[in-house]
Amino acid sequence: MKRIGYFVLYICLGGVALFQVFPIIWLFLFSLKDNREIFSGSPFALPSEFRWENYVKVWEGGIGTYFWNSIWITSVAIIITVLFASMATFAITRMKWKLSKPVLGLFMVGLMIPIHSAIIPLFSMFLNINLIDNPWSIVITYTAYNLPITIMILLGFYYTLPREIEEAAIIDGCSINRMFFKIILPMTAPVLSTTVIINMIYNWNEFVFVNTFISSDAYKTLTVGIQNFIGQYMTDWGAIGATLIISVLPILLAFLFFSNKVVEGISASAVKG
Amino acid sequence: MGLKEMNKVMSNKWVITLYVLPALLLIAILVFIPLILTGYYGLMDWDGVGEMYFIGLENYVTALQDMKFWDSAWHSFLLAIFSTLSLAIYLAISLILASKIRGANLLRKIYLIPMLLSSVAIAQLWIKVFNPTNGMLNHILIALGVENPPAWLADTSIVLFAIFVPILWQYAGFYILIYYAALKNIPESIIEAARIDGASPLQIAYRIKLPLIMGVIKVTIVLAVVGSLKYFDLIYVMTGGGPNGASEVMASYMYKLAFSSKDFGYGSAIGFLLLVITLIVTVIIRKVTASKEEIQY
Repeated sequence: MKRIGYFVLYICLGGVALFQVFPIIWLFLFSLKDNREIFSGSPFALPSEFRWENYVKVWEGGIGTYFWNSIWITSVAIIITVLFASMATFAITRMKWKLSKPVLGLFMVGLMIPIHSAIIPLFSMFLNINLIDNPWSIVITYTAYNLPITIMILLGFYYTLPREIEEAAIIDGCSINRMFFKIILPMTAPVLSTTVIINMIYNWNEFVFVNTFISSDAYKTLTVGIQNFIGQYMTDWGAIGATLIISVLPILLAFLFFSNKVVEGISASAVKG
Repeated sequence: MGLKEMNKVMSNKWVITLYVLPALLLIAILVFIPLILTGYYGLMDWDGVGEMYFIGLENYVTALQDMKFWDSAWHSFLLAIFSTLSLAIYLAISLILASKIRGANLLRKIYLIPMLLSSVAIAQLWIKVFNPTNGMLNHILIALGVENPPAWLADTSIVLFAIFVPILWQYAGFYILIYYAALKNIPESIIEAARIDGASPLQIAYRIKLPLIMGVIKVTIVLAVVGSLKYFDLIYVMTGGGPNGASEVMASYMYKLAFSSKDFGYGSAIGFLLLVITLIVTVIIRKVTASKEEIQY
């Protein structure tokens, strides 16, 4: 009786897993097929031959520029975000000043802001300082909007660092800057890696800001780039599938190798809500 | 060298300013000032580039009489209701998952995969799933013997609910992850004590586990409702709010007003209403779900 019960439970859980991944598997399958096979065959069937030429075709069609833009914009924004967030978290949690709690509160409020309510003034702000259609508008926007979640993930770790470290450093005549960059920052490496991967997912997938601030193809990232790119392959499903798979592959690979970090970072975003 | 020296170094105003200011300036200039400006621009007649004309509360009055706005607000609230109800399913799945299931860790990671994909990829994928003639869904329905399956995204009476599916699909793993972590945090001794007292698994789930993770459940309700009210991405990419406004939500309506119709003043007013509604609803949920004493364990 108990065994049957567990069997039913596993079926349920497996069913949910199938529902969650099957659309993605289907996408991968049709990225290797041609239209005739997609339209007439079963959606569950393996491709009769693996048409990797779909991938070659879209890569040579110009998706590379978007890919490169995504990589450098994502990376630069991550570096600035993690550096600024670490500095702010250090000052908030380790140093003594009256306004540390209100300032922390301000960052935490930033977690709940609906970004769309800010996008019109942001657009006109960037228009006035000539940052529209400039990738740096994207970099600084990503940095600003990811600071709250990054600080939130860092907080717990910084609170638990023992005071003795700072004492020892100061007794040795270490300046605060040296203490932060040479001692504290390297110590936070485990939690830094969590913030890096969470920032990577957010930046890589972001759509609205790029869609609003960037108009030249030369500066578009993958999310917005493929949105237009797919238009030219309107009826070529294999090419569309290949484009989509290329765009999600870096994140899926990162998840494959660092799934625990991803789980940790995503859980942290819900602790306070 | 003592505590005094230490305190002096650690309360150096210059260092504190230097460390906090970059982050603080960025978030002030790019997050908080724009939010305030949204309310201000809402008082203007403005096309985004030309002269601004102050028109007082006219945009806000117009919004309150604008059926398109109310329709979009209703759609956003419907999404909020569906998202909140679906939490019960995620809770049930998490209860099963956390009850000594082998492979639970792997399963919750598999559930999470859709959340890692970009909205554009999810949108394009589900456009294909819903494709009336060649999509996966109708292929399956026809194979099951359904005649004339619907044209999901083109049907004004279905499109909104069809689009809810990928939205829920995207976030399911997130909530399961959170519930699972909360359930795993319950000390085994409490469960064991109840079992010895003869409580059935259902009783344990309902009377012990659920009350113990109530705090987390409240947080997820706020997240689900707020996330739904401000939802934008999939709707914008999959249908653009169409056909004929049938899947329009508040954020997509605002975006369309500003960046397609070039009505930045009115768009800002809607954006500000979106902010206000989100804040009010958050406060209401917090008030309604607030209990006099949080359960401690």
